[in-house]
Amino acid sequence: MNITLNGDARAIPDGLSVDGLLRHLGIESKKVAVERNLEIVPKSAFQATEVAEGDRLEIVAFIGGG
Amino acid sequence: MNKIDATSTDSFVVAGKRFSSRLLVGTGKYKDFEETARAIEASGAEIVTVAVRRVNLTDTSQPMLVDFVAPKKYTYLPNTAGCFTADDAVRTLRLAREAGGWNLVKLEVLGDHKTLYPNIVETLKAAEALIKDKFDVMVYCTDDPIMSKRLEEIGCCAIMPLAAPIGSGLGIQNPVNIRIIVEQSKVPVLVDAGVGTASDAAIAMELGCDGVLMNTAIAAAKDPIKMARAMKLAVEAGRLAYLAGRMPRKMYADPSSPLAGLI
Repeated sequence: MNITLNGDARAIPDGLSVDGLLRHLGIESKKVAVERNLEIVPKSAFQATEVAEGDRLEIVAFIGGG
Repeated sequence: MNKIDATSTDSFVVAGKRFSSRLLVGTGKYKDFEETARAIEASGAEIVTVAVRRVNLTDTSQPMLVDFVAPKKYTYLPNTAGCFTADDAVRTLRLAREAGGWNLVKLEVLGDHKTLYPNIVETLKAAEALIKDKFDVMVYCTDDPIMSKRLEEIGCCAIMPLAAPIGSGLGIQNPVNIRIIVEQSKVPVLVDAGVGTASDAAIAMELGCDGVLMNTAIAAAKDPIKMARAMKLAVEAGRLAYLAGRMPRKMYADPSSPLAGLI
């Protein structure tokens, strides 16, 4: 399945939830926020939210800044 | 009010939360996370600003800021650095709220790449949207008293005028405006951006500011840890001098030793 992840095209396994995708990528879900097609995915909905073909996902975290 | 001595604790309140350190520091531009953590420790800061960026997907095992600067110990203040429109700033802070789980944020909407001056039209628009969405907005702004007042009126919880352009280290360029903003504001006023060295921070505090926010002045010093400590002392010294009330300026000399009894 093809999605756009942090601005880049990416092939991922079918049938993943947001939580499953984060696991697949090796990302700790408590350290990030996820936006799917410009809508925030609340952390409480990571497991219930399925990633679909063509989705645009942003995964962000806090980094050093002023 | 404002009665303190050199040993008592002095504090300020922003968005209903009390802080005893009046120095807020950024977490950018350090050599590594270890240096970041040591500099923050030395500064005594309780609030640290952070940016929100895409996660590095090519190597997700890399350490992250939260591993070195614990959000349980420090109040993370997510910023919108790099946003040039109200929409981008609001989108960024909504993600930040989801990542962190709190409402206190620093809004900055920039207008120009060379000066990084705030775009106040977009800043106002973003502040209105964020406040409607229940954010507590500390706002980075120009040192214009009229716009500062407007930002306070729409509900910003702290006004943060620049001393000089971000990262310039030029110090307080317009003390008169900073003082006017301090006098007219009922919410905390913090100088944000432009501080270069300890005396700049002290001047901001002597003008009556509630705090100072800085990043580059510490991170770009030859010894950031020493400079962090210097800034802590400068903010405390400036605050005490403000509360003590300085002597009046005079045109001519006034001897410190009595004239009576001269031989």
